[in-house]
Amino acid sequence: MSITAGCDVGSLTAKAVIMEKGRILASAVIRSRARPEEASREVMDLALKEAALSINELEGITRTGYGRGRMPFEGKEISEITCHGRGARWLLPSVKTLIDIGGQDCKAIKLKSDGSIDRFITNDKCASGTGRFLDVMAKVLGVPVEDLATCSERADHPVTFSSSCAVWAQADVIRLLNEGHGVDDIGAGINNAMAARVAVLLNSIGLDGDICITGGVAKNLGVAKALETQLGCRVKKIRKADPQLAGAIGAALLAEERLK
Amino acid sequence: MFHAGCDIGSMTAKAVIIENSTIIAEAVIPTMIKPAESAEAVMAAALEKASLSIDSLASVTGTGYGSEKIPFADTVISEISCHAAGAFAANPDVRMIIDIGGQDAKAIRIDKEGAVVRYLYNDKCASGTGRFLEIMAEAMDVPIEEMAFMEKKSKEELSISNQCVIFAETEVVSLLNEGKAVPDVIKALHNAMAKRVASLARGVEVESQVVMSGGVARNGGVFRALGEALKVDLKQLDNVNPQVTGAYGAALLGSR
Repeated sequence: MSITAGCDVGSLTAKAVIMEKGRILASAVIRSRARPEEASREVMDLALKEAALSINELEGITRTGYGRGRMPFEGKEISEITCHGRGARWLLPSVKTLIDIGGQDCKAIKLKSDGSIDRFITNDKCASGTGRFLDVMAKVLGVPVEDLATCSERADHPVTFSSSCAVWAQADVIRLLNEGHGVDDIGAGINNAMAARVAVLLNSIGLDGDICITGGVAKNLGVAKALETQLGCRVKKIRKADPQLAGAIGAALLAEERLK
Repeated sequence: MFHAGCDIGSMTAKAVIIENSTIIAEAVIPTMIKPAESAEAVMAAALEKASLSIDSLASVTGTGYGSEKIPFADTVISEISCHAAGAFAANPDVRMIIDIGGQDAKAIRIDKEGAVVRYLYNDKCASGTGRFLEIMAEAMDVPIEEMAFMEKKSKEELSISNQCVIFAETEVVSLLNEGKAVPDVIKALHNAMAKRVASLARGVEVESQVVMSGGVARNGGVFRALGEALKVDLKQLDNVNPQVTGAYGAALLGSR
């Protein structure tokens, strides 16, 4: 048995994954708490419960994410970039370029052929192109953020936002609603504006090989499709597991590698 | 001879009437739904102050975001040129103008003749524009006009690490929930805003004398913070309300 776990505490969500020999035994995702200590404890407990394991049965834990320095259990701290890269490789073995869209940041990561990190660029300065953009825009549109994706499917004439800045785009949404534009057309426009900003980051690092999206926003297919259009190439869909777990999966795998 | 300049911005409309390059009347009003209405209203206000009618004007020059819609303008000139002309006329030592408007910011370099050498313009990102201050004022439930005054009561030095309006607003709410004092938060916000603007300014190379124009220049807190961020002795424009710099410059350029 070589059961390991990865715990990834971000600013908005905390993720835990328990793996054995490269297979996921259990996983959990929760909204982050004010204190990473609480979030990590809670999400780990949920995953352990699902796996019917106690924490002592884990042979190794890797801690990652913004809250990695403050978890109430032993574990090696490894950067999110490295963990996401490793996790993305497991989710999609052919991946070369990945974009991790988190709650408050966005990272474009290029992998070497052995799966280690070649280079990366992070945006954590501008809300545009992060999960926050979608949260803010969904709120002003009056739509649950999980439903934004389907707007793109139903839209007839997606609106175009003149700027990807969430502040200007919010004012535009209000104006567009007043002018009688449909929620789907505006929602599709939001997904497109999001994709535009993400594309800028990806183009900065240079597109190479298979591309995929990790992080919570990966589940918004409206953004994923818009990204394909803007980049002019395919973005591979992750089907093996929830792409939001990429960091925690990578963390668990790295813990397993340390056992050898 | 009387000349007028009319600057229709996104948040305010300004009109200036000059006689022999001196401002004899000016008006500033919040923009109305249509730029044409704003132009009519602000021009009427300035004319009334000068006790003149529109027929007494030898020229009317328009500028700003809504300039194309000014019905009575003879010509339309770019905001960049107008701000440069207005600042240079007020102070011929000026070599750099940082204009912060309601929804944009510009850094303009001019030479010793007042000609525009280079400029950078941000209308894509809300950070470093008047909107940043508006949103923060709302988040703190403080009238925006009082922010500069309240900064003076700051005792504890705080730092707001985010320049993005969206992220900074969250930081402000956190700080206030932690019990931090509003004047301290305001000072930190002015510093954060100044950093963003300073980045823009450095893109065109800073050269003294540096002045601020635009409505935000009247915020003494941002003025203080920008001078510190750029490490220059930032100047006020002599005898010109910074908010009407563009309209003043338009009037001057129209008169030449």
